[in-house]
Amino acid sequence: MSQHHLILRIISKILIPPILLYAFYVQFHGDFGPGGGFQAGVIFAVGIILYALVFGLEGAQKVAPPSVVQVFMAFGVLLYAGVGVATLLLGGNFLSYDVLHPDLAHHSGQHYGILAVELGVGITVASVMISLFYSFAGRNAEIDDEDW
Amino acid sequence: MFDAILPHLPILQVIVPLIAAPLAMMIWRPNAAWGFTLVVTWATFGLAILLLQQVLAQGVIIYELGDWPSPFGIVYQVDAVNAFVVLIISSIAALVTTYAREGILKEIQGRNQTLFYAVFLLCVSGLLGVTITGDAFNVFVFLEISSLSTYVMVALGAQRDKRALSSSISYLIMGTIGATFFVIGIGLLYMATGTLNMADLADRISNLGDSRMVRAAFAFIVVGLGLKLAVFPLHLWLPNAYTYAPSPVTAFLAATSTKVAVYTLMRFIFTVFGTRFAFQEATLMYLFMPLALVGMFIPSLVALYQVNIKRMLAYSSVAQIGYMLLGISLASVLSVSAATVHLFNHALMKAALFMALGAVVYRLGNASIHTLQGLGKQMPWTMAAFVGGGLSLIGVPLTVGFVSKWLLIQSAFEADMWWLALLIVLSSLIAVLYVWRVIEQAYLQPIPEGRAVKEAPLSLLIPMWVLVLANFYFGIDASLTTRVATQAAEGLLGMGGAP
Amino acid sequence: MTTDFIIGHYNYWVIIVLMMLGLYVVMSRGNLIKKIVGLNIFQTSVFLLYITIGKVTGGTAPIIWEGREDVVYSNPLPHVLILTAIVVGVATTAVGLAITVRVREAYGTIEEDEILAQDHEAEVTEGASA
Repeated sequence: MSQHHLILRIISKILIPPILLYAFYVQFHGDFGPGGGFQAGVIFAVGIILYALVFGLEGAQKVAPPSVVQVFMAFGVLLYAGVGVATLLLGGNFLSYDVLHPDLAHHSGQHYGILAVELGVGITVASVMISLFYSFAGRNAEIDDEDW
Repeated sequence: MFDAILPHLPILQVIVPLIAAPLAMMIWRPNAAWGFTLVVTWATFGLAILLLQQVLAQGVIIYELGDWPSPFGIVYQVDAVNAFVVLIISSIAALVTTYAREGILKEIQGRNQTLFYAVFLLCVSGLLGVTITGDAFNVFVFLEISSLSTYVMVALGAQRDKRALSSSISYLIMGTIGATFFVIGIGLLYMATGTLNMADLADRISNLGDSRMVRAAFAFIVVGLGLKLAVFPLHLWLPNAYTYAPSPVTAFLAATSTKVAVYTLMRFIFTVFGTRFAFQEATLMYLFMPLALVGMFIPSLVALYQVNIKRMLAYSSVAQIGYMLLGISLASVLSVSAATVHLFNHALMKAALFMALGAVVYRLGNASIHTLQGLGKQMPWTMAAFVGGGLSLIGVPLTVGFVSKWLLIQSAFEADMWWLALLIVLSSLIAVLYVWRVIEQAYLQPIPEGRAVKEAPLSLLIPMWVLVLANFYFGIDASLTTRVATQAAEGLLGMGGAP
Repeated sequence: MTTDFIIGHYNYWVIIVLMMLGLYVVMSRGNLIKKIVGLNIFQTSVFLLYITIGKVTGGTAPIIWEGREDVVYSNPLPHVLILTAIVVGVATTAVGLAITVRVREAYGTIEEDEILAQDHEAEVTEGASA
């Protein structure tokens, strides 16, 4: 399969790095403009899924092994909740970012808080998307492509 | 340390299981995951007891997430009602986890075992979140967290019977339609009032008076929640989902998930819309009451003819929801407290009954009525627990079932509807019939030849008997539950309706 | 009922049409995948409803920067709510499809009537075997 689709392969090779980079842009620029973890996570996952579609599932799973993806899935949620727990431990209410960096004039606590939380969201969304793709694509087809 | 957590009890209640879920996912060994879940659920139960004490001592607790003040941010608002329902959920979760290990080892295989515990914790935290939050949209989010994890847990029963899959998917479709109706209702309310905070909503709706948009919102919310709580004509997903889910899951769901939906319905009807809203009074009288009455009888009659005892009990659950709805529809302090007490009491009895059946399934592989032949001699403790739970289901004096029916009958007399009391007694008689079917098979039929069955292991019997004894304890000394429930009912009826 | 009323509320008509379409597909189709797609359309109509609520005529994205504190912006809250609802919708679809795959493996079909027939058969043998 990988010998066919020359155009597809070349175009994908050119496109995938910018897609992944763009995901990071949407992720970290979410503080100042439209964007954030949900969108960034999906864009990042799209990069991996495109790779899997063009170069085969095995190749993609070498880049992002399913077990690692599962761990990241949990890690993102823990990062989000961890920020909440950190604010609790610092004496604030749950997710009250101000206690993270008590510089109220510049709201820097809010900046740090939302950055970490969105990172957690992004990681979880990306790994959930990838893992969804894996679990559907990884099933053995009962009907061969030719029999449809 | 102990003092430090007290002000944060409402949020800890939700995030402890929520954080535990991804952690449980990363534990690969089933027994370790079970042990971890056990610790977490019992800790949650401990937090729930502390929370209830705190609420009874101090009154309503308001917890602001991220320090955003009340109408703008999400707040968790805990009064006697929430705290009571939280206690129900977390106690049942703790007992079911204690009970679950053997059943899960047998009914689910491989990696799915540890994933089951992760999903279970997620479900617990979703249910607790629905109960505790004071924000209307947040209710939807948590409702879907709990529902999605429920669909998965039901589908895990496919190991034993493939019908778990078809029942799970029909539950998913009905549940999603319900949730979407609910969210349409919330959207309309937001359009009408511009707020999502429940207390604020109540305020603004009472100022707004009766409008078509509020009516539409009310209708959507009631139908949506009706699907979730399996009110009689919307109950079709429930019997199969309960029948084919793994036994511990059935015990947990039967005791908690519909209860949470009933709670949410009460919260919206009484707190958010308030009883002064005339359209609502008509709904309670002419829609809820007939549905409740029909719901008390038809599912009970259907239950009589079931071969599978799990499904029989599931139909009986639908009938029991009828009692709760009846309590809501009378809308007096006494009747609402009857409904609230019944939330707790029904959780106790159904969890005990399904645990007993789960033990039968554990030993014999199915819960058909013919399997139960002569089981009274072979599994005496399990069947005795079933009889205990069954007595409570009928409403025999000295059991919790009696307490809630007694309160309900009292409130019927209070409303000058003596015929309601008669109907309640009549429907209890049907319960006598279907519980008797089981007892007859278990105790009066001979043991089938060549069947050797051992009593269920202790880890199944202990949580089961804790629940059975609780059925009798709270039936004999109902002062604690009725006191909390009365306070809860006063809170519900006082908050929204007051001018 | 003037034409102004009908044209002025065109967004709501679109939402209502989508909503009914979605519900109709869920109820009328026997194929599980089609049912899930119907469910998706139904949910999407609700997303649109929320976004419609938040729109302020002439409003832009809710970003305020120095020198432009007077900017008119649409209500961001419904968007945030609906972002959450979309995620819930995606999760529901994923779970639904995953169960459908398992149904296909267990039953060999995803047509509801065939599944029900198999379920019924299983029930009859269960009742008769004892």
